[in-house]
Amino acid sequence: MLVISRRLFFYLVTAAVAISLDFLIPRMIPGNPVDAILSKMQGVTPTRATMHALDLQFGVGTSTSLWGQYTHFWNNVLHGNLGVSTANGFEPVSTVIRQALPYTLGLVGLATLISFVLGTTIGAIVAWKRGSWLDNLIPVVTFFQAAPYFFLAFVAIDVFAIRLGWFPTSRAASPADFPAWNWTYISDVLNHAILPALTIVIASAAGWVVGMRNVMVTTMDEDYVLIAAAKGLPKRRVIWYAARNAILPSVSGFALAIGFIVSGSLLTEIVFSYPGLGYLLLQAVSNDDYELMQGLFLIITFAVLAANLLADFVYVFLDPRTRQEA
Amino acid sequence: MAVGIGTERVTGSGPVPGGTLPGTTARRQRALRLPRSPKIIVGLAMLAFFVLWSIIGPLVAPYSPNQIFANSPVPLPPSGAHWLGTTALQQDVFSQLLVGGGDMLLVAFIAGVIATALSVIIGVTAGYLGGLADDLLSMLANIFLVMPALPLLVILFGFLGKSGSSDLFLVGFIISVTGWAWGARVLRAQTLSLRNRDYVDSARIIGESRRRIIFAEILPNLTPIVASSFLFTVLYAIGTYSAMAFLGLVNPNWSWGGMLFYAEGSTAELSGYWWWYIPPGLAIALLGTALVLLNFGIDEFINPRLRVAGLTRRTGGRRRARPLRSQQFALTPVRVGATARSAAAGSAREGGPA
Repeated sequence: MLVISRRLFFYLVTAAVAISLDFLIPRMIPGNPVDAILSKMQGVTPTRATMHALDLQFGVGTSTSLWGQYTHFWNNVLHGNLGVSTANGFEPVSTVIRQALPYTLGLVGLATLISFVLGTTIGAIVAWKRGSWLDNLIPVVTFFQAAPYFFLAFVAIDVFAIRLGWFPTSRAASPADFPAWNWTYISDVLNHAILPALTIVIASAAGWVVGMRNVMVTTMDEDYVLIAAAKGLPKRRVIWYAARNAILPSVSGFALAIGFIVSGSLLTEIVFSYPGLGYLLLQAVSNDDYELMQGLFLIITFAVLAANLLADFVYVFLDPRTRQEA
Repeated sequence: MAVGIGTERVTGSGPVPGGTLPGTTARRQRALRLPRSPKIIVGLAMLAFFVLWSIIGPLVAPYSPNQIFANSPVPLPPSGAHWLGTTALQQDVFSQLLVGGGDMLLVAFIAGVIATALSVIIGVTAGYLGGLADDLLSMLANIFLVMPALPLLVILFGFLGKSGSSDLFLVGFIISVTGWAWGARVLRAQTLSLRNRDYVDSARIIGESRRRIIFAEILPNLTPIVASSFLFTVLYAIGTYSAMAFLGLVNPNWSWGGMLFYAEGSTAELSGYWWWYIPPGLAIALLGTALVLLNFGIDEFINPRLRVAGLTRRTGGRRRARPLRSQQFALTPVRVGATARSAAAGSAREGGPA
């Protein structure tokens, strides 16, 4: 399909730009990250090969040309070699990220899905009941739209985990539990995920509510909605006609929103000590683990691009006009 | 600080009696209508409060935010001596709160100005020139929109180091680099729609220069969108700066995000030290709310159908001739897409401006 292939091309370009930025930023900003890494290696004498790899990675004191470094970097990335993580005992970055990725994908993916469904539904209802008491919801929504995710996470932990004791305060599973495919473990993981997921849903649903309401208000003025109502269709059906059309911009705007949601979710993970990518991000920051930072940037970008592609498929499925083009 | 554009729009042509030219009268009426919206009034009042706070706060703070009062690891709850209690280092939370707004607002303002300038230059150029330039610039904007900002900023600030990140101008600049794309996309879409209006066509036929058409015919009609994209970027910068301070990537002494950084480090949320983390978090949220409300106001100004008072098509009809592009000025998407598919969807639905 033309639309999808065009988008796919765009995502490939974006991925290439992300990889290039990953390569360029350490070289553009003054400072010597190699020294910082070597200072972490106390007790470990770096081999000549390690030194050479680090020099190539950051472009310090190497005789290889910039273009040579660049192709070397690409070669590494394409082979899944993202360097080593100094904060994790020099394990490969790709291994470290692979261990954390499922937690983030599960938590953020599920929370995003719930918040999208919940937010657009509330938005459609608020728009339909325009002028009623439901409009008072808007200032409340505004507040949650503006509040930082990590602040909401603080409040959620204090109120629901500490004061009420309904949920565990941190981590993805009880330390005593042994990972296995049985109900005890799965329910434990779910129990640990509820509060962080709830935080992400509450923080991100606000955006979908406002977005849906604003488009829905415009859609409700369309002739086909008027006709549907004039024909005497049940109200539920009329709302459905309007909502079906109003949801399209929300789906196409997914690209913009998902970046914000992922960013906020990573910070939420930090507050909950959830062992996902956000936690790695904090680890990388507090240990000056540059290669982990770079690897995380690439992986998170790729994940966001994949989510976007998924949204594109949904859009093409929902809107026949995009299919006609092809 | 951030009030700049807002007040200008509201009071700029305030008490002036109606002009003689019909065009200017209409414009004045529109400018006068803006502050009547309760959202604008509340938003402006809240914003003014926070700006005053950040200016006066450091002067009236009862203590220095760094002063250590005792040698105990347990934060004290609010009392007469410490209105909002103390931190785990026995520093005064209230003083930190009063001091913590200034740097953040300054950074947000710098980022807002730079990003708005970038988005106007890139968005209007792309929308007006069209063709290959448009394709390339739009692609650039879309790439920056899709790329998740947080991990990118982590690399930038990570390599910059603590010393570089205490330069507020540099911090504002870096934040603006990741925050201009949204405004550029909206401005491009609007420019694209304005470019084919009759009045721009006639200006072109008269033989006006391209520069004059852009600056005299198109830019003035983009003002509400420029203003809202400025507010949006300021909001984005506040959130980003807080997040960076919360991660400890920019110097956390003293900003509201930095207070949360220290509170998290001492697990204030697990110990119930609410007086330590609620005030800075609430301050960020309320400042953001002010900006979102202002954006709502501008939004309703651009698209009258969004107003709450049950406007029907008939009453909104007169101004329906205005560009009906609904934007959402917060964390959510734009209806008018730069991408082919949403542009197609948009124009198909709206049927163009009547």
